[in-house]
Amino acid sequence: MVLSEKGRERLYLLGKSWIFLFLLGEAVIFSFIGTGFFSAKNFQNILVASTTILLLAAGETFVIITGGIDLSVGFVMGLFCVISAKIIVSLQALGFSPVVSLVVSIAGTLLLGLLPGLLNGVLVAKLRVPPFIATFGMYGIAYGLSEILCNNVPIAGLPSLVGFIGNGYLLYYLPGRGFTWFAPPEGLGRGEVRALLALFPNVFLFAILVVLIFAFILSRTQFGQHVYAIGGNIDAARRAGIPVERDLIRVYMISSFFAALSGVMYTLRFVTGRADAGSARMLDSVVAVVIGGASLYGGTGNMIGSIIGTLVIGVLETGMVNLGLPTYNKYVYVGVILVLAVLIDQFFPEMVRKGE
Amino acid sequence: MNERKPLLEVKNIVKRFGGLVALNRVSMEVYPGEVVGLLGDNGAGKSTLIKIVSGVYRADEGEIFFDGKEVKITSPMEALKLGIETIYQDLALAENLNVYSNIFLGREKLKKALGLIPVLDHDYMLQESHKVLNRLGIEIPSLKNKIKNLSGGQRQSVAISRSIYWNARLLIMDEPTAALGVAEQRKVLNLVRTLSEQGVSIIIISHQLYDVFQVAHRLVVLRRGEKVGERLTRETNPDEIVSLMVGAELVQEARGRE
Repeated sequence: MVLSEKGRERLYLLGKSWIFLFLLGEAVIFSFIGTGFFSAKNFQNILVASTTILLLAAGETFVIITGGIDLSVGFVMGLFCVISAKIIVSLQALGFSPVVSLVVSIAGTLLLGLLPGLLNGVLVAKLRVPPFIATFGMYGIAYGLSEILCNNVPIAGLPSLVGFIGNGYLLYYLPGRGFTWFAPPEGLGRGEVRALLALFPNVFLFAILVVLIFAFILSRTQFGQHVYAIGGNIDAARRAGIPVERDLIRVYMISSFFAALSGVMYTLRFVTGRADAGSARMLDSVVAVVIGGASLYGGTGNMIGSIIGTLVIGVLETGMVNLGLPTYNKYVYVGVILVLAVLIDQFFPEMVRKGE
Repeated sequence: MNERKPLLEVKNIVKRFGGLVALNRVSMEVYPGEVVGLLGDNGAGKSTLIKIVSGVYRADEGEIFFDGKEVKITSPMEALKLGIETIYQDLALAENLNVYSNIFLGREKLKKALGLIPVLDHDYMLQESHKVLNRLGIEIPSLKNKIKNLSGGQRQSVAISRSIYWNARLLIMDEPTAALGVAEQRKVLNLVRTLSEQGVSIIIISHQLYDVFQVAHRLVVLRRGEKVGERLTRETNPDEIVSLMVGAELVQEARGRE
C-alpha cells in the first residue's frame, strides 16, 4: 500500500486502538439494549466469566509470540479440572479435612500441570515437531485421559469450602454495617442480602494477579526478551547464544501451567470436575491473543493486548446471555473476528505492526 | 606487514563431505588490521573455509592458529570467545526488536528491580549502543527503531556494530554488499576501512570484485577446493583474479571466441 507518512501514522493509530474502541463500543451497546447490563455486579460477572479465557490467553500469548500455537490448552484445562476435583474427593475419602484436601489438590494440580507443556516443549524444541501437530496430539491425549479419569461423568461431592472460595469475593459491603473480608456479615435478613455489595471476585483477582506477574516476566526480563527474539528470528536467536530449546520448553510449560490453573479455577467456581470444562475455550484464547495485537507469524504481541482481547470476548458473551441469546452465537462472531484479525495482519501489516 | 605476526593462520586445511573434497590443503593467514578478500566461483570452497574458522564445521585435517596459539574451534561459541565474529548474508538480526536490543541480543544487560528481580537495563544498552555506533561513524535515526524499519545498509551496520561491541578481533563478512544499493555499498565499505584502521582484521567474501578491490589489502583465490593464488591487491588487477577464479584456460578460450 502506498501511503503518505501522515496517512500511515493515522492508520497505525487506528490499528493500535481499534480493538480498544471495539471493546468500548460493545460495552456501550449492550448497556443500552440490555437490561441491568450496566451495573457493578454485571461487570464483575463479566470478569469472572472471562477468567478461563484470560488464563488460557495469558499462556497462549507466550506461545504465539514465539511463532507457535498451543491447541491443547482447552482439554489440558479439562484434564486438570478433573484431576483437581479427583484429588480433593480422594483425600476427603481418606479422612483429610477440606482445607488440607484443597491445598494439596491445588499445589499438586499446578505441579502436574507442567507436564503436558514439558512434553509439548520437548516435541517442538528438541524433536522439531511443528507446534500445530505436537499440541494437537496433546489435545487428544488430554481429552481422552480426562474422560478415562472421571469415567465420563463429572466429578461431584466436593466440600462446600470449594464453592465458598470459588464464588466468594474479597470484600463485602452492606450499607449501614460496613465492610467485611471474604464472607458477608452473618445473620442477614432478606432485604439485606439484596442490598449487599460484593467486591473483587476471588477467582478473577487471583487470576489477574498471576497474569500480571507473567506480564512482567514477558515485558521486563531477559527470558521475555528471548521469547520475542525466538519469534522474530529463531536462527538469529540461536546464533546469538540464546538457549532456544530450553526457552521454548519453558514457554510451552507456561502455557500448560495456565491451562491447569484455569482448570483449578473452574473446579472452584462450579464445584465439579468436568472433562469438557475448557473444550471450546482454545479458540477463544487464541482469538483473544490475536485481536490483542499478536501475529500468528510470531514476534509480536503483549499481555495487555491479550487482556483487552479477553474482555472483548467476555463482554460479547455476557452481553448475549443478557439479551437472552444462546451463547453459541458467540462462536460465529469470535470466528469471524479471528479471521478478520489475521487478514488485517497479513494484508495491512502497517496497521498493526509499525515501529511500536 | 609480514614482519608482524598473523592474527589468524590456517594451515593445510582439508574438509571432505562424503567423497567430495571441499577443501584440499588450504592455507591462509590474516594479519592484524588487514582486510583479506576471499574469492572464488560458486563451489570453490569459500563458505566451507569460513565455516571452519567460525566453528560451524570442523576440519578433517589441518591446524588453526589464533594469536600465535594453536586452537581447536569446535563450536560457534568457541569462535566467539576467541573474538572471531561472522556476519552472514542474512545478518542474524531479530527484525521485531529494536537496534540496541539486537546489539545486546543474547547478552542482555540486566539490573536489579527493587534490589532483587533481574530486569532488562534499557538505558545502559541504549547508551552503550550509541557509543559503539559513534565510534564507527554510523548514523541511525533512533536506536529504538525496530530493525524491520531500517534500510539494508543500516541493518548491515547494526550487525557489524554488534560484533565490534563484543570485541571482535577477526570479522568474517559473507557478501556484505550483495543486497545493497550503491550509496549503501559505499557506506559499508567505508565502515570496513574504519574497522581496519582500528585494528580489526577482516575477511570479506564477495562476488563483487570491484568492492573487494576497493577495500582489501590482499586477495586469496580458491578454485575447486584449492588455493590457486594469492596477490597483494595493489599488484594485481581484476582480469588476473578472474582468470585465477575460473582457470586461465577458460579465460583464454573465451577470449579466443570473441
